[in-house]
Amino acid sequence: MLWLLFFLVSAIHAELCQPGAENAFKVRLSLRTALGDKAYAWDTNEEYLFKAMVAFSMRRVPNREATEISHVLLCNVTQRVSFWFVVTDPSRNHTLPAVEVQSAIRMNRNRINNAFFLNDQTLEFLRIPATLAPPTDPSVPIWIIIFGVMFCIIIVATMLLILSGIRQHRRKNKGPSEMEDTEDKWENTVKIENGIPCDPLDMKGGHVNDAFVTEDERLTPL
Amino acid sequence: MDEARPLWATPLQFVFACISYAVGLGNVWRFPYLCQMYGGGSFLVPYIIMLTVEGMPLLYLELAVGQCMRQGSIGAWRTINPYLSGVGVASVVVSFFLSMYYNVINAWAFWYLFHSFQDPLPWSVCPLNGNRTGYDEECEKASSTQYFWYRKTLNISPSIQESGAVQWEPALCLILAWLLVYLCILRGTESTGKVVYFTALLPYCVLVIYLVRGLTLHGATNGLAYMFTPKMEQLANPKAWINAATQIFFSLGLGFGSLIAFASYNEPSNNCQKHAVIVSIINSSTSIFASVVTFSIYGFKATFNYESCLNKVILLLTNSFDLEDGFLTVSNLEEVKSYLASAYPSKYSEVFPQIKNCSLESELETAVQGTGLAFIVYTEAIKNMEVSQLWSVLYFFMLLMLGIGSMLGNTAAILTPLTDSKVISSYLPKEAISGLVCLVSCAIGLVFTMEAGNYWFDIFNDYAATLPLLLIVLVEAATVCYLYGLRRFESDLKATTGRALNWYWKAMWGGVSPLLIISLSVFYLSDYITTGTLQYQAWDASQGQLVTKDYPPYALAIIGLLVASSTMCIPLGALGTFIVRHLKRGDTASVA
Repeated sequence: MLWLLFFLVSAIHAELCQPGAENAFKVRLSLRTALGDKAYAWDTNEEYLFKAMVAFSMRRVPNREATEISHVLLCNVTQRVSFWFVVTDPSRNHTLPAVEVQSAIRMNRNRINNAFFLNDQTLEFLRIPATLAPPTDPSVPIWIIIFGVMFCIIIVATMLLILSGIRQHRRKNKGPSEMEDTEDKWENTVKIENGIPCDPLDMKGGHVNDAFVTEDERLTPL
Repeated sequence: MDEARPLWATPLQFVFACISYAVGLGNVWRFPYLCQMYGGGSFLVPYIIMLTVEGMPLLYLELAVGQCMRQGSIGAWRTINPYLSGVGVASVVVSFFLSMYYNVINAWAFWYLFHSFQDPLPWSVCPLNGNRTGYDEECEKASSTQYFWYRKTLNISPSIQESGAVQWEPALCLILAWLLVYLCILRGTESTGKVVYFTALLPYCVLVIYLVRGLTLHGATNGLAYMFTPKMEQLANPKAWINAATQIFFSLGLGFGSLIAFASYNEPSNNCQKHAVIVSIINSSTSIFASVVTFSIYGFKATFNYESCLNKVILLLTNSFDLEDGFLTVSNLEEVKSYLASAYPSKYSEVFPQIKNCSLESELETAVQGTGLAFIVYTEAIKNMEVSQLWSVLYFFMLLMLGIGSMLGNTAAILTPLTDSKVISSYLPKEAISGLVCLVSCAIGLVFTMEAGNYWFDIFNDYAATLPLLLIVLVEAATVCYLYGLRRFESDLKATTGRALNWYWKAMWGGVSPLLIISLSVFYLSDYITTGTLQYQAWDASQGQLVTKDYPPYALAIIGLLVASSTMCIPLGALGTFIVRHLKRGDTASVA
């Protein structure tokens, strides 16, 4: 009698979990791709962990807190490793709607991935798209900061060059006119030295060469 | 003139200025493409022949003219023959068009440079779509590097008719690029002379670093072997010779007036013959060197794509037949495929259409040139290298140096005649003239930052400089040899530099080079005429690839205007001088 019941139950289970069955999802793992040499073998213990993770995800959905590990059914495990799973309700006659299972898995995807050391690409739930992490967007885009720095440096350098150019230009313009002023002043001071206007002919055109004077004196000692 | 003409501080500055002007982006993104298209190693034969027969003589001619006449292009040609002052004006007009669109490339290089300081690089990942379940559609269909170039950088419109608005991000980068150029040319040779040390030498440093990195990349040897295996039958292809001649011609930057401008700041006794030979050899060697680097990068990218293609096929088969993960490898792929085809024929035929035939050859054959090479192919290779931020920064910094170096030559070609002119330089100091030229070019260059800007850029790139330059250089060579007289020029040269003219240069200037230019011009004209309507490549966002479209009539009109506005300067200049002289003669006759 018990054996009959057991067979009946497993037959029902078999019907509930079938490839392509209603509310069933296919899962695909790529252990060697993800972990290389450190890949673990996929055995019944790993399957038990998987069932536990799915049950955990379902328990976080409101109204489904009573989900047990035994409510999650796995079937058609291949060498790939891939298999199908369904989640049944406590009566074990119906499977839970796909939409609920989908949203539960999506919300806890990270925990499930981490339990198996896998990621979204190596632990695939077909028909359950993963929520991709958006790239971090800083409040100010980085490129504007670098642009701003370069812009300021170039503007400052340009201003410095232009200003030094203007200063050089002014100095050149002042230069010749300054030279003329000093010459005039010199001539003026000579003329008005000592308050007495000196004879212009004395100072301009002809200076006494002291060297010749001393020579003459040496040559005529008498 | 009250002030002595500003001179280069050392002859080395002059050589570096010429090198940084001649070695530009064309060496990096056009020569490797030509090498690949026309027979790899065997392309070097027509290239070197054209260098000795066309490149060196014409370069020497321009430098000699500039050094003897000691004026910018307009003044120099007016001195040689007053009826040909139009040649100088045409050079200035072409340089003006060039500087307008060339600095946009520097703006793009700045954009990529600023975006290289992020992890991950923004062109290595696709952005997510609206509900975060997958990637953006356009990005999926194209690749992430293409998406970043066409959508994020250019924000390109589907056709040239839809101009769209000015994009503020590239516009800011363009303004920055023009500010940098202004900073470098502000003080004339004083500032330019110091900047060219950097713009000439730094690209070589980066190229050497890239060479070492490139040669050690996985799969680099595939690219190098593909490029350098000579395909001797291409030597018989006339297109190979024509393209070699064209590449030498445009790579040296002849006819723009920049070389005349640079040489005019030389000491009269400078040995410009030696410098001409040095500059042309260095320019060509840089092209070859850059193509070695480019092809090792190509090889890496092709091998990477080939291996990911194979991995995709392996994944597809593993998933369809539920084989054990890791069972299928590259080595046993073929046998397993045949086994599966025989064991599960129905299932295999379902999967078969999705299995791509991965071929390394076809990856290597995707020859790209121009902005596509620099901003799409290279970035794709860089994103797969380790420490990609460093390589990206180095690469775009090098592009920037190459671009700024060429811009210095272009602006010198425009500014030297303006500052030489006594009328203009008496009203404005040279800082103001430079500022005005930069401002006007920047304002017009904002057109290229619109959504359809890249299409206008291609118009300018393809048509503004090609045919007019050939005509300008032809007229230059013919003028010096026949109108002015080769003997007269020879004695001028001897008087200025103190060196005699070799018979080789005389033979080239008089005969061979003009003939080559005439045949190039004939080829170009016949090419334009036989192709009928001109077409362009437009980016189709829905398909994620380029499609060919026809130019609308107003675009064709603008192309015609571009070509005409520079070439018409030559006859108009002659006509103008003739009229002025006729009027003067009329005046003196009436007075007498």
